[in-house]
Amino acid sequence: MTVETLLADLSLMTPELVLAIGALVLLLVGVYWRSEHGGSRIVMRLSMLLLVGAAGAAIYLAQGPGGDTFNGAFTVDAFGLYAKTAIFLAAAVALLLAFKYLETEKLAKFEYPVLVALAALGMAIMVSADDLITLYLGLELQSLSLYILAAFNRDSLRASEAGLKYFVLGALSSGLLLYGSSLVYGFSGTTEFAGIAIAASEEGTNVGLLFGLVFVVSGLAFKISAAPFHMWTPDVYEGAPTPVAAFFATAPKLAARALLARVLTEPFGAMVDQWQQVIILLAILSMAVGSFGALIQTNIKRLMGYSSIGNVGYALVGLSAGTAIGVWSVLLYFTLYIIGVAGAFAVILSMRKAEGMVERIDDLAGLSKTRPTLAWAMTALMFSIGGMPFLVGFFGKFFVFYAAVEAGLVWLVIIAVLFSSVSIAYYLRVVKVIWFDEPTGEFLPAPAGVAFVSRAAGLATVLLLPIMIGLISLVVNAGGGIGG
Amino acid sequence: MEITIGHYLALAAILFTIGVFGIFANRKNIIILLMCVELMLLAVNINLVAFSSFLGDLVGQVFAMFILTVAAAEAAVGLAILVVFFRNRGDIAVDGANMMKG
Repeated sequence: MTVETLLADLSLMTPELVLAIGALVLLLVGVYWRSEHGGSRIVMRLSMLLLVGAAGAAIYLAQGPGGDTFNGAFTVDAFGLYAKTAIFLAAAVALLLAFKYLETEKLAKFEYPVLVALAALGMAIMVSADDLITLYLGLELQSLSLYILAAFNRDSLRASEAGLKYFVLGALSSGLLLYGSSLVYGFSGTTEFAGIAIAASEEGTNVGLLFGLVFVVSGLAFKISAAPFHMWTPDVYEGAPTPVAAFFATAPKLAARALLARVLTEPFGAMVDQWQQVIILLAILSMAVGSFGALIQTNIKRLMGYSSIGNVGYALVGLSAGTAIGVWSVLLYFTLYIIGVAGAFAVILSMRKAEGMVERIDDLAGLSKTRPTLAWAMTALMFSIGGMPFLVGFFGKFFVFYAAVEAGLVWLVIIAVLFSSVSIAYYLRVVKVIWFDEPTGEFLPAPAGVAFVSRAAGLATVLLLPIMIGLISLVVNAGGGIGG
Repeated sequence: MEITIGHYLALAAILFTIGVFGIFANRKNIIILLMCVELMLLAVNINLVAFSSFLGDLVGQVFAMFILTVAAAEAAVGLAILVVFFRNRGDIAVDGANMMKG
């Protein structure tokens, strides 16, 4: 390896390098900065800047040809760069949502934004992984940061319980993933995705490889909280501080889904007949758990947890097609879903009364009378996440189902539509409480950042409609690189 | 009797199963959960090193080194969370982690 090739390799990793070095510098800033709030405010602002800068670097790289770096351990392509841009921006929004909340809850520590930046770095490595070792290291960097974030409120029993549950189940899933990786390595003789693809396309079923594939998929299913590996999701969403839950619901979901799409289509693309059944099973179970589990919830954060399980199910319907349409429809689905969820969590973060944060669905009662703009925003967001025509969320679901129909899975789409109509029920319940119940009290004014995100996301569910074609061509371009 | 790759794989599979089973069956102590997680990761390492030797390919051993490193970091984070949980609750019984249900 000469200096030139090393520099060429490194220049393709600009977004990751910016984040990695930036996060380390921010740790020092946090320690040495002397001011009234300690280092927390300045590090928070700089971290948002850092994440936006990394997103800019990813957009800039997307103009170039990309390529493999570090002997094929790390690949830079349109798919990964699109996912990275979305991840960095979602992480920046999550920090914006956390800013004031952490100060009022006396959690403002400079480690918070640094951990979010490191988690985003791990996700960026995940979506670019082209080797089982890179995949594992990226996934662990992300997971370890997220475990700490879940338990960030050290003095709350609920938060530490959430962190503990997340840690134990996350470690279990890492174990499953690794055991699968070791089998895949043993039976294909390499950890590189390209080499595994060659081994997977050989004639006859390689039972060892199949075993490894199943373990890897179950490990990743934990990370995307697909049923039956979803147990941690509602607890972590409820127990963790609300901005942390907002972060969990957005960037890591997209990253793990993008990683799953890459693993299934690149190294295991030839084994589509085998993994299709597994993905279909996961999809049906997730949709069922997400739809019926959410119906009985009274806590809105828990409701969002079940809603995310259900939405992972719909996205898996698209992926089960095993085609290029499946891959890009999932990217589109999650982009629109992230906008909806970020907005919904901004509304949840606005639910502060004089006695503190409230999180029961009933606390939203009469919001239309007390805070009309917020009520409109939440209504639009709930309908968009639920996939009502004609808000942007509908197009996400439409193309996911379209991909499955194209692949001949009409029966699966019929099941998905049925579950989807069940899930509309609980979104409608929230809307009913907002518009038709009598107000029980008024919320305090929300911080500027939170108010901005809730309104911007609410507007985006409508305003993105005219530029839908542009968005679709963007994801088609990004997803076209991988997938059958 | 000659020891073949099959024996190593069987050993790793048994250890891994004990680890997974321990996580679900153990109702007493959260530290035992952490030990089960370590057991799973070490089973994976046996697998990787056995395959590496069998295939005559060093990548498996490099992978095992990475896993050892990450497992140390994971144990550190896990114990830190455990300490936080203990300070809030006063014990570390698995059954105690039941505030949130449904």
